[in-house]
Parts: sequence; C-alpha cells; structure tokens
Amino acid sequence: MSTQGQAMAFKLDAEPVDTQKPTVGRDVRETVGEVRVADPRVRCTDVNVHYGDKHAIKNISLDVGKGEVLAMIGPSGCGKSTFLRCLNRMNDTVRECRVTGEILLDGEDINASHIDVVPLRARVAMVFQKPNPFPKSIYENVAFGPRIHGLCNSKSDLDVVVESSLRKANLWDEVKDRLDDVGTGLSGGQQQRLCIARAIAIEPEVILMDEPCSALDPISTAKVEQLIEELRQQFSIVIVTHSMQQAARVSQRTAYFHMGDLIEVSETDRLFIKPRHQLTEDYITGRFG
Amino acid sequence: MTQTPVLLVLLLALASAAYYFGCKRAFRVADGRIRNLHSLPGYYGLYVALWAALPALLVLGVWLALQGSMITRMVVASLPEPIQQLGPDRLNLVINDIRNLVSGNIVSGEPDAPTLAAAEYYRSLLGTSRGLLFVVVLSVAGLGGWFGYSKIRPQHRARNGVERIVNGVLIACSTVAILTTVGIVLSVLFESIRFFQAVPITEFLFGLEWSPQIALRADQAGSSGAFGAVPLFAGTLLITLIAMTVAVPIGLMSAIYLSEYASAHVRAIAKPLLEVLAGIPTVVYGFFAALTVAPFIRDSGSILGLDVASESALAAGLVMGMMIIPFVSSLSDDVINSVPQSLRDGAYGMGATSSETIRRVIFPAALPGIVGAVLLAVSRAIGETMIVVMAAGLASNLTANPLEAVTTVTVQIVTLLVGDQEFDSPKTLAAFALGLVLFIVTLALNFVALYIVRKYREQYD
Amino acid sequence: MTNPTKASTEGASSFARVQAGMARRRAAERRFKLLGRAAVGIGLLFLAVLLTSIVSRGYTAFWQTEMRLDVVLVADEIDPEGTRLVDTLHKADYSALIKQSLRDMFPEVSSRRDRFALYGLVSNGAAFDLRDRVMADPSLIGTTVSLWVPADDDVDMLMKGHIDREGPEADRRIKDTTLGWIDQLEADGRLALRFNTAFFTKGDSRDPELAGIRGALMGTIFTLVVTLALSFPLGVAAAVYLEEFAPKNRWTDLIEVNINNLAAVPSIVFGLLGLAVFINVFGLPRSAPLLGGLVLTLMTLPTIIIASRAALKSVPPSIRDAALGIGASPMQATLFHVIPLALPGMLTGTIIGMAQALGETAPLLMIGMVAFIADVPQGVFDPATALPVQIYLWADSPERAFVERTSAAIMVLLAFLALMNLVAVLLRKRFERRW
Ligand SMILES: Nc1ncnc2c1ncn2[C@@H]1O[C@H](COP(=O)(O)OP(=O)(O)O)[C@@H](O)[C@H]1O
Ligand SMILES: [Mg+2]
Repeated sequence: MSTQGQAMAFKLDAEPVDTQKPTVGRDVRETVGEVRVADPRVRCTDVNVHYGDKHAIKNISLDVGKGEVLAMIGPSGCGKSTFLRCLNRMNDTVRECRVTGEILLDGEDINASHIDVVPLRARVAMVFQKPNPFPKSIYENVAFGPRIHGLCNSKSDLDVVVESSLRKANLWDEVKDRLDDVGTGLSGGQQQRLCIARAIAIEPEVILMDEPCSALDPISTAKVEQLIEELRQQFSIVIVTHSMQQAARVSQRTAYFHMGDLIEVSETDRLFIKPRHQLTEDYITGRFG
Repeated sequence: MTQTPVLLVLLLALASAAYYFGCKRAFRVADGRIRNLHSLPGYYGLYVALWAALPALLVLGVWLALQGSMITRMVVASLPEPIQQLGPDRLNLVINDIRNLVSGNIVSGEPDAPTLAAAEYYRSLLGTSRGLLFVVVLSVAGLGGWFGYSKIRPQHRARNGVERIVNGVLIACSTVAILTTVGIVLSVLFESIRFFQAVPITEFLFGLEWSPQIALRADQAGSSGAFGAVPLFAGTLLITLIAMTVAVPIGLMSAIYLSEYASAHVRAIAKPLLEVLAGIPTVVYGFFAALTVAPFIRDSGSILGLDVASESALAAGLVMGMMIIPFVSSLSDDVINSVPQSLRDGAYGMGATSSETIRRVIFPAALPGIVGAVLLAVSRAIGETMIVVMAAGLASNLTANPLEAVTTVTVQIVTLLVGDQEFDSPKTLAAFALGLVLFIVTLALNFVALYIVRKYREQYD
Repeated sequence: MTNPTKASTEGASSFARVQAGMARRRAAERRFKLLGRAAVGIGLLFLAVLLTSIVSRGYTAFWQTEMRLDVVLVADEIDPEGTRLVDTLHKADYSALIKQSLRDMFPEVSSRRDRFALYGLVSNGAAFDLRDRVMADPSLIGTTVSLWVPADDDVDMLMKGHIDREGPEADRRIKDTTLGWIDQLEADGRLALRFNTAFFTKGDSRDPELAGIRGALMGTIFTLVVTLALSFPLGVAAAVYLEEFAPKNRWTDLIEVNINNLAAVPSIVFGLLGLAVFINVFGLPRSAPLLGGLVLTLMTLPTIIIASRAALKSVPPSIRDAALGIGASPMQATLFHVIPLALPGMLTGTIIGMAQALGETAPLLMIGMVAFIADVPQGVFDPATALPVQIYLWADSPERAFVERTSAAIMVLLAFLALMNLVAVLLRKRFERRW
C-alpha cells in the first residue's frame, strides 16, 4: 500500500528532529495545545455525541479558523468521522445519534432549533471517503448543488459555475470533452475530484472531507492534496485522514483524537516534530494505531 | 382406482423387507464385523430397498398414465363401423357415455346396444389391465430387490450406489420445472396450430371482430364465427393501463414514503398491512369489484350525468390496480433499498432536502429496477383472470373509453372453456390460441423484467 | 440564520440565494411527504374498504331465520301400514305435513295463490329436516312435534333488513299479505334468527338457505393435501439439487431462468396445461381434487423451490465444511446437517405456496372444478369444487341471500389464509437465526 511507503519516508525524515520527550502522560485525557484560534469560522465547545448508549465523542472543544486546513488524525474508531459529521449535522440522518454541546458557525449555534439543515449544509459541504458521484452525467453531478439551491438563473450561468468548479477541482482539462458521460465512468481519483467539484459548486464556507484519499492511488492522492492546498485560499477545510504524512503535507493545524477524546491540537509542524502528549507521540511514532 | 393405494402399500412393505434383508446380508458377508464393510450396513439395506421400489414405481406410473388412452383406443376400434365413422365430436360423446356407464354414473338417455357392449368390453379390459398391473409391478419389484440383494459384497460401495440413486432422483425432481414449461408450450402450441388451420393467424391477430358464439351452429352455411382478437387485446390493454395508473404511483410513493420517511414504528405496521392486499385471493377482489366498486362508479357517474356501463373497464381496472399496489411497492422497496447509502449521503451532504434527494438522486439511480418492477406488474395484470371474469364482462367492444364494458383475453379463455364443450371445435381451440398469446407476452415481459432487475442489482453489488 | 457573516461577497450572494429559495423548497418537501402519506393512506383505505364491505355484507350469513312449526305427524300419512320400515319412512311425503301445519296456523288462507305463497315461507329443506327427525326417532309418529326449520331465503332477507318494507309492493319480492303473516309469526315468537349450522355442515344448494360450504371446504382440503404431498418433496428435492449439487452449467442456468419465469406465468395458463395434458392426454377424471392438486402443484412449485433455495443459501458454509471435515460425504453433509437447519425456511415457503394455492381459482375453472356439486366429496377422485370456486359460483347467483353467503364464504377463506400466514410468520420468528 502506498501509505505505508510514505510512512517509511516520513519516519526517516522525522527521526533526527524527534528527540524531545512529551510532557503529558498517557493517563491524562485533557486536551493539550491550542484549541482556539483568533479568527474562527467554526467554534465547538464541549461537544458530546452518543450513539444509543455508546459515548462516541467526549467533551470536545475545537476551532476551525478561516482559510485554514485542519487535519484530524487518530486510530480508527476514535470518533473523527463522528465529530466531522457534527459540523454540518450529517448525524441527523443517523437514527439513534444524539449530539450535545455548542457548535457555532460564524458565531451562530448550528444546533439551535430554528436552524434549517439545508442552508447549513450549503455552507458546510461534505466530501466522503468513498467517491460517490451520482449516476448522472459529469455536468449534472456538478450542476446538482447549484440547481437544487437555485444558485443560477440561466443555463449559461450554470455552465460558468460548472466550468469554474471543475477547473478549481483540477478536473476540467480531463473531462471538458465528455461532460455528458456518466460520472461513475471516471477513474477513482477523478471521481473524488468530481465530488469535490460538486461540493465547491455551491460555494460553501467550509468543506468537510472524510478520508478523501483513502480509496485513491498515490498519483490521484497527490492531485487531491494539491487541490486542497489551492482551495484553502477560499474555503476552510477540515480533513480526516489516516495518513500522517498527508496531514503533514496539507494542513496548518492538526488535531489528534483518541477513543472519543481530543488529545492534542497543535500547529501541524509542531505536533509531528514535538508532540506534547504521550498518546500523540505513541501514535505518530507508530507504537499503535 | 382403489387398487393403486393397495399397490403402493404393498410396495412399501416390500421395500421395508428388502431393507431388512439387505442389512442382514451385509452383516453376514462381513462376518458380523462392520469394519469389513465398505459402507455402514444401513446403506446396503437402503440400496436393496431402492432397487426394489424405484423401478416398480416407475412402471406403475407409466402404466397408469397410459392405461386410459390405450383402453379407449381399443374400445373405439371394437365399435361398429358406422359409429367409428362419426365425426370426432360425436365420437367423443359416445366415448363419454361409455366411460360414464363404466363408472356407474347417470348417462343421458337410454344407452343403445353397441354402447352397452362397448362398456362391457371397456370394463373387461380395465379388469385385465388392473390384474396385469398388479403382477407386473410386483414382479418388477421382486426382480429389482433380488438384483440389489445379489450385489452385496463387503467391497461393494453401497453408499456411493445409494448416493448416485438419490442424486438421480434429485435431478429428476429439478427437471419437473422444465417439463412443466415444455408441457405448457406443447399443449397450447398444438391446439393453437390446429386452430390456425381453421382460422388464419392473420385474421386472429388483426381481425377487429370477436364473436366466437356463432361457431356453435356449425351446420349454418358459411358461418364459422369471428375470431379477430384485437378487441380482446385492446380490452386487456385498457384494463391493464387503468390498473397501472392506480398501482404504479400509489405503490411507488408508498414504497418511498415507507423506506425514506416513515418512522420504524409506522413502517412496522403499515408495510405488513399493505402486503395483506397481496395475499387476498383474486376471486375476493372480483366479488368486491362486481358488487361494490362497479355500482359505486355507475352511481357516481350518473350523478355526474355520465353513462357508465355496469361492467365498466374502470371498475375492473381500479380493483386490479388495488391488488397490484403491494406488488409494485414491495418490489420498488427492494430496489430503493439497494441504492447505496453513499449516494444519499452525497446529496444530503450538500444540503439537498429529502424530496430532492429522492427525486433527483435515488429515483434516477433506481429507475432501471423500478422499470423492471413495473414490467413484472404489467405481466401480472395481463394474466389476471378472476377480477376481469367477474367484473369486466363479455362484451367485445373496441373502445378506449374506460366507462364502457370491454372484455379481455383471460375472460374469453374462461368463457370458451368453462362448461360442456367439444374439444375440437374452433371455439375451444381459440381459447388455446389466446392462451398461447398470453403465455408468450407474459413470458417476454418477465424475461425482460428479470433481466433488467438482475443487471440493476449487479450494478450496485 | 439572520446575520450571516461571510468571507467573500460572492459567497454571501450565493448564501442569500439559498435562503431565498428555502420557503419554496420546504413547501415542495411538505407536498412530497404528503403525497407519500396519501399513497400509504389510500392503500390502507382500500384494504379497509374491502374488508369492511365483505364483513358488513357477510356477517349476517352466520345466522339464519328459522321458523318454529308444530307438525302433526299423522301416522296414516307417513306409514299407513305401520311397518316402520326404513324405506317407507324415507319415502313418506313430509312436505305435505309441513304444508298442513302452515295451513293450521293460518286457517283463513284459502285461495290457491295465497296458499302457494304461504307454503313458500319455509324452505324446501324443512321436509328433509322433518324426515331426519322422524327417522331418528320413529316413536314420534302419531304425536305433534314442534321443530325449528329454515325459513325461505326471502323471509330471511326481510328479517335481516335487506328487503325494504316500505317500497312499492310491485317491486318487492315479499307482498303485503305475506308481510302480514310474517309479522304475525314474529309476534308469536315463531320466527327467530339462529346460528346457521347448515352453512358449515351442508354442501352446495340452489336454495340459499340450504347452501353450505362443507363440500367446497372438503374439496379444497383434498386438493391442498394432494398439492402439499407432491409439491413439498418435489420442491425441496429440486431446491437441494440446484443449490447443493448442481454443477454450474448451461443446463442448470436454464432450469434457474425457467423457474423464475414459471413463477410469473399467469395461473390460468396452468389450467390450460391441466386441461390439455392431464385430462385429454392422461385421461384423469375431470373436476377431481386429484387433478386440481396436480395443477396447483405445478403452479406452486416455483414458489417453494425459490423459498427453499433461499433457506439453503442462508445456512452458512461453515456447517458444510464442518461435516465434510469429519469425513461425511457431500450427500451426508447435506441430508443430515444442512437440510435440518434449512427446514424451517423451507416450511415457511411451503406454507406461503399453499396459501397461494388455497386462494387460486382460475386454473380450477379450466379443469371442471366449477360444476354445481351438491354432494360433499369423499376422496380425491370424487367430483368436487373448491372454496374460491364456490365463491365465484355464488357470486354469480342472482338471489340476494347468496350475496351474504358469498361474503361469509370469503370470510372463512380469509380466516384460513390468515391462519396459514400466521403460522408462517411464527415459524419464521421462532427459527430465525443470526449466524
Ligand atoms: N451509526 C452508528 N451507530 C452506532 N455506533 C456508531 C455509528 N457510527 C459510528 N459508531 C461508533 O462510534 C465510534 C466512532 O466512530 P467513527 O466516528 O466512525 O470513527 P473513525 O471515523 O474515527 O474511525 C466507533 O466506536 C463506532 O463504532
Ligand atoms: Mg471514519
């Protein structure tokens, strides 16, 4: 697997620097590091999530800054996806899921009773782990959002939006001659970029990405990562990833989750070079995960 | 007919005996030590028992199947010349009389001498046949048992032998389905070919007038009835169309509602209740259509100043649609549920509402499967019999007006074949020609529908 | 969200547009959901209307108006010689005695027409009831017995309120004089609604008050026994072969496609097959439950095979592997380990197939199980009809009283179906296994 190859490379790079010992032991589960930023787009305070009896997210507070890429890492099952899905209330679609705590988007509580999830999700769009283009043409896939939200008044407007979204997603050159082909006929990497194009066509403020590259080959992964870097100019991005190298490459800040707890949030360089929590250190040095 | 059970019991007894002696002999040849044997002793017993029972059963079955027609042929051959010269229809009546005499039923009128003689002959043949059957079956059983018995040696692979036989029986059972299809095709095909010798196939398929009753008076000059089936096809189509207009939107929308909106609680109650509609026998729907719906439609029509036939296509179609609702909804439910959750997530993740997700993502994705489901439902509606027999009537109108009475293919098959009829008249044969059309059309629809559904499933597996 | 603070002005405008469209979209959402609810509602409404219409028409059939007569069993009329021979008692003219008893109650009726109408108050079956009573106890001869006999169906309908007393006399099946007698009988306590045992114990009849479902029920039972005896072993054997032993080749593909298609062939076509092959080629007796059973076997076989295969498929391969691993042959593994585990599923499928066969009418019409048969069949070779066919026949009868009997027969049929489905559901619940 490609990620393993990268993991090797990363360790070799990291080892000479990684000398200082963390200051917080394994038994402490309070978040260390900087959960707050100066100019937050999203501000979460004491978020808890339960699936029935299962306490999946425990008292998490975290900010997402404007124009930043926040990476979330952690062993699988630790609640990264669950937390990500809180940010645009995708957990509403899960029957027995219960979310408490405060999540502010631009200062406004998205869980408040008067908030409608539809415009919320138009502001906080989501890209999933497995590419899931609709079984429609490439054009229709990208046009889906603008159409349902009524963002374009005319066909020519729509054409412009579709083209610019596909361009932003670095897909335009590959598909411009076959916009009427079905989206499911593209390669995995192209499908994922199509899904990203589909999300940016509605001009959200935040894009949530749940392991967007885990189903992709290294070349496609590189393209998506480059894309994320470009998109940061316009959107806040929260990305869940299994690959620490990916987190290191694309994000400004990284949050490390462990069994429902947020263990550490730091600037990405710092977290990987000088983790402040023993659990973080264990994870990034591959002692478990 | 009472001897068959007796024979069966005897065969069972023989087989049990064969089992017992087979086991015993297996012990003996093994000098009482089971490990000397290739298989467990029970298998040797079973082996002998199967050899005793199966060939005998086969002979019994074939004999019983052929006995009737053989005897009839011999009796007919013994009848005096003038009777044999009668046309097939009249001859059939004579044969019926003879059969009735033999079984002691009441016959129409006083039987004449040749008939009585023939009945006597019939009876004696039957007696001979039965005696012979007894002897033959029992000797076949004995021979088979002896053969199996003589094969028992320690090295004999009795288990493998038994398993081969069982496997053969299983294969035979699985070919029954094929035989059924072959039987259906042959029976409708042969009679249809005979029909098309009397009535040109083009007239049948494209003729605009259907009045088979005239054919009863065969001696009338030049009148052989009119066998143009277009009014029947049109009537069938009209009723099917009405039924689909009811069933497809309601079935589809309830499937969507129950799988995408309803709470688990509502679904647990509403779904089985809807499925009750599918379990109600069609004759009940027919009664309901004729007695409740048709008068209701006629009365409402007359309030609105419309002239509605008492056996309107609308009543039959409406009730048929009712019957098909659960069929459409459970098929669509399967189809909708097999649309992957990731597509729903994709749409919801960008802020689509439920209805937008359903209409713009799930429905297009499920469309092939839904089309397959609808085709299956259409085939169901075309072949449905009792509702139309009881509510649609016999008037062969060529009309597209749902308020008029029409007739359908299945109604005509029933009408032509129910009651006393001579088997060779074009009237009877016409029923088989209609049956052939019905079979071909429904088969084609099913074939296409199942193909579409299978392809659809594979797409998401 | 009243105060969106947005980063880019372009974004702000797009967000405003989303907000602007929300009212319309929410309305569309509500409409769509309402549509779905309406669809479910209409489906359930259909069911409710169907069932209420049947029950409300039919429940009265379980009661029958009977009339109490005091019949003088005149010895000279029944058995002038006093021999008490069974044959003599059997042949006596009991209807004359009944007529006499009616005349005794209404001595003022004299004209031929009126008398005829008076005799019409009781059913033709009354004489048979009287005969049975006398033959069971010949010592009654010479005495006066008081017995309840079924009233004519018109009287029954009047008592149940299905005939409008107020309508113009010419349109009424019961004229004013007759109405008077009935009122008087009722006032005397001689007319009463009593439980309709005849409905369950008698065969078909042209007189609604004498018609019962026993014959049809027995016909159905014989037919289903034949169907079950043939289709269960055949279906299970075929399923076992196809699922466990069959090689994957053209032939088994053909069988598979064929079974799936057969499951959707209209039932009436199976009737044609029965007529052309079983009657005309093999010469099986028309109208016999044996024949019906054969036809229904072929019809339900695909259902049973498909369900049995699903049951076999749900037995995990580990069971087979375990059996094979300790040296069982594939046949032994299947017979002794897989089939017992799959049996509940197979039985459920079979019950569902039987329920299908129970409600089936059309193919039985083709093979002559539609004749008027008053006798209760005694075996699978006797001419018989079946419960759904009986319903069809009664539904065609013009008498008003047959409408309620048809509905009542439907209620009985539905009760049997409900019972079978209940058993299937319970069986499935009881043996449902999560591997
Ligand atoms: N729909 C659900 N129902 C119940 N439990 C769930 C559901 N989804 C996730 N979980 C549980 O919540 C925990 C966190 O899951 P998730 O957020 O998917 O982890 P990650 O994405 O970090 O691998 C896991 O233990 C998982 O079992
Ligand atoms: Mg995850």
